[in-house]
Amino acid sequence: MDFFNVAVQTLDSTIRLSVPLLLACLAGLYSERSGIFDIGLEGKMLAGAFASAAAASVFHSAWIGLGMGILISVALALVHGFASITHRGNQIVSGVAINFVAAGSTIILGQAWFQQGGRTPALAPGERFEAIVFPGADAIRDVPIIGPIYSELISGHSLLVYIAFLAVPFTWWVLFRTRFGLRLRAVGENPAAVDTAGISVEWLRYRAVICTGILTGIAGAYLAMVQNAGFVKDMTAGKGFIALAALIFAKWKPVNAMFACLLFGFLDAIAIRLQGSPLPVIGKVPVQFMQALPYVLTVVLLAGFIGKAIPPRAGGVPYVKER
Amino acid sequence: MSAPYAKLPAWADYGLIPLVNLAVAFIVAGLVVLLVGENPFRAAVILVEGAFGRGQGIAYTLFYATTFIFSGLSVAVAFHCGLFNIGGEGQGYIAGLGIAIVCLSLDSVLPWYLLFPIAIAAAALFGALWALIPAWLQAKRGSHIVITTIMFNFIAASIMVYMLVDVIKPVGAMAPQTRNFLDGAQLPKLNWLIELFGFAKIRSAPFNISFILALVMAWLVWLLIWRTKLGYEMRTYGFSPKAARYAGISETRIILVTMMISGALSGMMALNPTMGDQHNVALDFVSGAGFVGIAVALMGRSHPVGIVLASILFGMLYQGGAELSFEMPNISRDMIVIIQGLVILFAGALEHMFRPAIQALFASLSPKSVGMAEAGKGA
Repeated sequence: MDFFNVAVQTLDSTIRLSVPLLLACLAGLYSERSGIFDIGLEGKMLAGAFASAAAASVFHSAWIGLGMGILISVALALVHGFASITHRGNQIVSGVAINFVAAGSTIILGQAWFQQGGRTPALAPGERFEAIVFPGADAIRDVPIIGPIYSELISGHSLLVYIAFLAVPFTWWVLFRTRFGLRLRAVGENPAAVDTAGISVEWLRYRAVICTGILTGIAGAYLAMVQNAGFVKDMTAGKGFIALAALIFAKWKPVNAMFACLLFGFLDAIAIRLQGSPLPVIGKVPVQFMQALPYVLTVVLLAGFIGKAIPPRAGGVPYVKER
Repeated sequence: MSAPYAKLPAWADYGLIPLVNLAVAFIVAGLVVLLVGENPFRAAVILVEGAFGRGQGIAYTLFYATTFIFSGLSVAVAFHCGLFNIGGEGQGYIAGLGIAIVCLSLDSVLPWYLLFPIAIAAAALFGALWALIPAWLQAKRGSHIVITTIMFNFIAASIMVYMLVDVIKPVGAMAPQTRNFLDGAQLPKLNWLIELFGFAKIRSAPFNISFILALVMAWLVWLLIWRTKLGYEMRTYGFSPKAARYAGISETRIILVTMMISGALSGMMALNPTMGDQHNVALDFVSGAGFVGIAVALMGRSHPVGIVLASILFGMLYQGGAELSFEMPNISRDMIVIIQGLVILFAGALEHMFRPAIQALFASLSPKSVGMAEAGKGA
């Protein structure tokens, strides 16, 4: 029974840790499927986290916080779009730029506005998204097996967690069952064909990066308003890059993305759980090894040693109409 | 793909457009300063005075610039070959391991002038090897070099944390760093060079001999890119991989060699802060210098002269920024990170934003300068 409880707890923290990855990963999915590489997920998430925490603490409303997080994140996504779609700049360079601008300005503005060394004021309970307790969760808590699974794993998360997991089937539906999704995928593979069909490549790609901005905004809001009670400087701590790794790991597919993020979240949860205590058989594993594992796995996958990850064909290439 | 932009005279291409881009980046940075509630003009004056006002400031400016020259050259070499090495941070960090091994084992035996070349070789070797794996994966397995080098930055960070905390740290010490290097692994200062120009005695600035090494490397990179066969092949591959393949240039060889040179330059970046300043290898000693290299290379248009100038500008921002944060507590050194981002945005991703306007201006002033009158003669 003890082992079972540990397992449930670990899976519970797996879910909590994988939510920001999942949102950012799906965000990257929209953009990259439309042919715009985005290594600025990290920056957009960070800016979203700061904006949502700042707005939530000033206006005392979690919803205004979420809205502001999305707004700022979309604004940065549009900068990325402006550089890489309208001006056909290098998408990698633009993403790097956005990461730096976000990293610097969140600290500077946070310090100037709140005077707490780059933090935002701690959010009161009403200014955060609270855990939603499903009906009957408390009643069956003591029932063996089903009780903990229902009341710990399924119930008791915040709204944003459910949004993140619902975004997976929704993204699948949008990409593979709607006209917009078909065009979005087409523009990432062969923009010239889409252009020939009389559809604006630029406007399609802009809509894709706006989707990206919305999702990274929610991811940031989750970090600042659910996982923590306020913004801490550099709180994304590389999660945007892990999400990028997960996206590649998932071969740019939404359902795979969920499993990849859960896997990376699980590795994180295990690393926190073990913290130096020895594993059976293997012995003591350094924490750093567990932390590096998502990156190592991605490199191995990219190298084609476990299946092949083939990116969208037109990814990273600005579209120039032939004249 | 049709060429989207017409030609401009060379001085506009290499002088005017970068300056316009840079100016816009600084104007936007000024707006951020305004948003924080300070006067951007006063901030600029404090910054420049802090960096160049006294000998001490100049020495610090050049000390920071040294590191950025290495990382900028590293990014530029890869750029010329059409590769984006975003992993300079990790390559420099891992090179710290090579430096630590050499210095810790030899600093009691050899004088600095014998140890320095060995340390250079070790740093270059470790950096090059750390770049070799992504290069090989790109050349042979087709994995995207940008993604692999990002991943390798994180892997390098994990390895270094593990090495410094669990392996190299002296027994009983608290801080995750090596023991202090002895005299043999401490690079001589160059502060007297600045004093020669009539500045007051510089008390303590870590400006050291690796600055000379950086300048030599800048010259060597120029030689490599524009005066050797290898450099020609690199540029060919960067310009058109297809043409390079058609000309019989081995894709694998050129990618591997370029990335190893780039990694070696990134590795050498580690010499300045470790042997030149702190006299140990500590956790996170690179502190973003590898990424500054991207901004520096973009701003310097991948030319060694431009890179040296851009590095001095960023050195000025680092040193002046430190002074600025004393005067205006609201503007911490993180302001540099914003400026860095804006420079990368405007000089890199949006480099063509003002080109059409400038072209129109040139065309209306003198049609000849943009090649309009010569249409039909052939380029």
